[in-house]
Amino acid sequence: MLTLFLLLPLGGAAMLAVTPNERKEEARWIALVFSSLAFAVSAVIFVRFMLELNSDAGVEGYLFIDRFAWINARDAGFDVQYFLGVDGLSAPMVLLTGLLSLVAVLISWRIELRVREYFIWLLVLETAVAGVFMSLDLIQFFLFWELELLPMYMLISIWGSGRKEYSAMKFLLFTIAGSAFMLLAFLVLGLSADSFDIEVLTANPPAETIVPLSLLFWGVMAAFLVKLPVFPVHTWLPDAHTDAPTAVSVLLAGVLLKMGGYGILRIALPVLPGEARDFRYVLAAIAAVSVVYGAVLTLRQTDLKRLVAYSSVSHMGYVLLGVATMGAVGMSGAALQMFTHGTITGLLFIMVGLVYDRTHTREIPEMSGLMHRMPVIGAVMLIAGLASLGLPALSGFVAEVTIFLGAIAEHPAATIAAVFGVVLAAGYILWAVERVFMGPPSDRWAHLDDATGWWERLAMGGMVLSIVAVGIFPRILTDAVESGIAPIAAIVGAA
Amino acid sequence: MSDLNFDYALLIPEFILVGTAILIIMADLFRKELGLGRLVLPAIAALGTIAAGAASLAYIDDVDDFANVIAIDNYTTFFRVLFTVVLLVVVVSGYEYVERNIRHTGEFYALLLLSTVGAIYMAGARELLTAYISIELLSFSLYVAVSLAKTNPRSAEAGLKYVLLGGVASAMLLYGMSLIYGTAGSTQYSEIAAAFSGGTSEYGFALLLGLVLLIAGLGFKASAVPFHMWTPDAYEGAPLPITAYLSATSKAATFALLLRIFAGPLLPVIDQWQWMMATIAVMTMVGGNLIALQQTNIKRLLAYSSIGQVGYMLMAITTISDASASALLVHVAGYLITNLAVFSAVIAFHNRTGKEELDDFAGLAETNPYLAMVLTAGMFSLAGMPLLAGFVTKFILFQAAASGGYLWLATVAVIASTISLYYYLQVIRRMYLLEPARGESGRWRLSPAGYIATGTLTAGVFLVGIYAGPLFTVADRAARVLALS
Repeated sequence: MLTLFLLLPLGGAAMLAVTPNERKEEARWIALVFSSLAFAVSAVIFVRFMLELNSDAGVEGYLFIDRFAWINARDAGFDVQYFLGVDGLSAPMVLLTGLLSLVAVLISWRIELRVREYFIWLLVLETAVAGVFMSLDLIQFFLFWELELLPMYMLISIWGSGRKEYSAMKFLLFTIAGSAFMLLAFLVLGLSADSFDIEVLTANPPAETIVPLSLLFWGVMAAFLVKLPVFPVHTWLPDAHTDAPTAVSVLLAGVLLKMGGYGILRIALPVLPGEARDFRYVLAAIAAVSVVYGAVLTLRQTDLKRLVAYSSVSHMGYVLLGVATMGAVGMSGAALQMFTHGTITGLLFIMVGLVYDRTHTREIPEMSGLMHRMPVIGAVMLIAGLASLGLPALSGFVAEVTIFLGAIAEHPAATIAAVFGVVLAAGYILWAVERVFMGPPSDRWAHLDDATGWWERLAMGGMVLSIVAVGIFPRILTDAVESGIAPIAAIVGAA
Repeated sequence: MSDLNFDYALLIPEFILVGTAILIIMADLFRKELGLGRLVLPAIAALGTIAAGAASLAYIDDVDDFANVIAIDNYTTFFRVLFTVVLLVVVVSGYEYVERNIRHTGEFYALLLLSTVGAIYMAGARELLTAYISIELLSFSLYVAVSLAKTNPRSAEAGLKYVLLGGVASAMLLYGMSLIYGTAGSTQYSEIAAAFSGGTSEYGFALLLGLVLLIAGLGFKASAVPFHMWTPDAYEGAPLPITAYLSATSKAATFALLLRIFAGPLLPVIDQWQWMMATIAVMTMVGGNLIALQQTNIKRLLAYSSIGQVGYMLMAITTISDASASALLVHVAGYLITNLAVFSAVIAFHNRTGKEELDDFAGLAETNPYLAMVLTAGMFSLAGMPLLAGFVTKFILFQAAASGGYLWLATVAVIASTISLYYYLQVIRRMYLLEPARGESGRWRLSPAGYIATGTLTAGVFLVGIYAGPLFTVADRAARVLALS
């Protein structure tokens, strides 16, 4: 099942590779069909997971396991497995990956430059990201983690805008510097535990290794914190987002950042629980700074896309705050926030992209009264914005409240700072919407059309639906997330 | 020499190679008289190579050590197969280039065949003088081969530089060997090991000097920093197929020899050389990868990249153990496949354009997307990206180093390998992001041989990257011959 999900986009990429260059329309449809199939599979995975969870037996450990020995070198002291499985933590992320990849294909419908190659990279990216969320072997995890770099580099540097090559390289260097430390830490962990199996490692966290455990912890965290990203290693994010094509921004904000938070919850906490507890105040401090600093920077942006990008830094701070509580509630909130931020910010980037497609500018001061010209885009943008600032009945609220509830006892100061971040969020979101969409209609924008393409409406509709659904009926997600977080919280709590 | 009833059949692969070399020289002499076409020589070379490779496969698990002079065992067989594959690839992907740019094609193929014999015996040698003679057989063939390009004046310069510096290195090597002989009282590996394991305190400085000279001499052949100065010049000046061969067989053979010596006779004195090896490994990894950052010529870039790769391999010698020996063999095999894929692509590119500057690769993704894909896969594999051979083999190598107690060395290696990604990306960036030069935007195709060579090798890069199990098993069996604990 999981392998099928990984193979579908790859199959699409392979099929595109042999499609003639001129057949742009066919290339689009191939990409759409394969990403739809992948989304269908991810939906089936999620639904079956929920059915299993609500059955009498419940869920123990991982479901849908695909496993075989990959590099079998027991004599030399190590094994690498192909080991896929999902639990309550990863099932929503897999669903998110399926959904956002489909949306990314839809909103790339108007790409005209090297269409075939574009969709090949997009589909490879989907496989890589999904692989990260499903891998239960450290080396396999690392492999997918690195695999995602190449398509991202290509997508940003070829189909991007502005200083695209600079941004792509910056993204690459930041990520790879972080993952170098992660690989070393993985090697040490694997050697001391005699296994790279995440299940084994979490069951028996190594007590002693050849280097201090705290060093290992920060080695692993280096990669995840860069990816998340948090202050002070966030500087690649605004550049990458601003210069990436819309679909890539959506995936970057929607799922790639989540790899960081997911990695912390899946690997850093349960494998090194003692260290995670020791450093929880440091993490909370980083989180609080990220939230506030990110929000303040966001307020100052005049580029609409950069604004959304900086708001991501602020929102990812909440994830880290939830993690830093080391408690079940806070961590569940963090996991929820990852999903909801994925849909909300994904939608925001889509809207920014649609606006840019029409106005060909992202400078906020140049725009005014767009609501008169494009009421649908304006309305959806408003929904996404309200969700982003945490309006009740939309999904952002559920996640943020859960985080604050979990964090207030453990880190009161950081929580208060983070709540202040919500106030700032209300400021920058509403102010931006006001400047762009409200106000008198200007003649300059009199010729603009609303969102009329079927692909645009489909993409927007799907995202809005998921935001509202989770907002009104959060149990769809919370049950799954709680079942996934419970064992992790138990391990960390016992340490 | 009590028993001269050796199993001479085990030497058949080398007989075939030498026989083919002689046949080629004869055929070349009477080319006009016999009316031979231009494809005959490479065809003979390829057939001879295939025959030799097939013959070596017939002797898996057969062992004879020829009175402790040359051991034919699984270790030697591993390298035999590897070297014949390299030779085959170089002949197949290079024959067009040779046709156009080489003055004496007969000598070219004959020298390649002979040098492969030298390389195989480097892997098989169990005695210092035999090892030395094998090295010289390889080196002398290559000294000549490097200067065979008729169109490029740099070729002769490169050849001269290579000869002069190579001669100095050989002298150091020989002196080092003589000092080791002086202290151990024998040139046979097994007896040296026996002599050293009884304690070495009385040898003092002589042994240390011997080790230093030995490592310096072999370091030159492997192009380890700081003995690497000849490498970029020789790579740049040599005809492209020879550059490929230098970066493949010549390196791998040196490591076959290094591993045999340092895992055998010199293992008892590991305390005296381990730190030297570690130092050189660090300098090579860091130096090679840093200097590569500033290269503008594809051959020089690949030269420094191969120096960086040598650094990783030296790491395995430093942390010598059962695990790191087999890891080294895996990495060498993966490196050969990857490097040859890259070089085949570069040769195909050169056949078409006659150019070799990095800027000439601009827009290749548009003019020949297939070749751009091959180069991208190869470069990313060299950088150690996942799903490609380089990732798996490097991973196994780093893992072996870390488990051997050299985590700091593995750390340096990971950082160096991270740096390397930057310059590989410079090539990829040009191919995909830049527009082709004006007037060169038309699509073009490779020759059939080019497609076969690059296609097979790229498939190999992916195969090893995705499923390295079989390669690992084979390497493990080969390394077991060394009988490290």
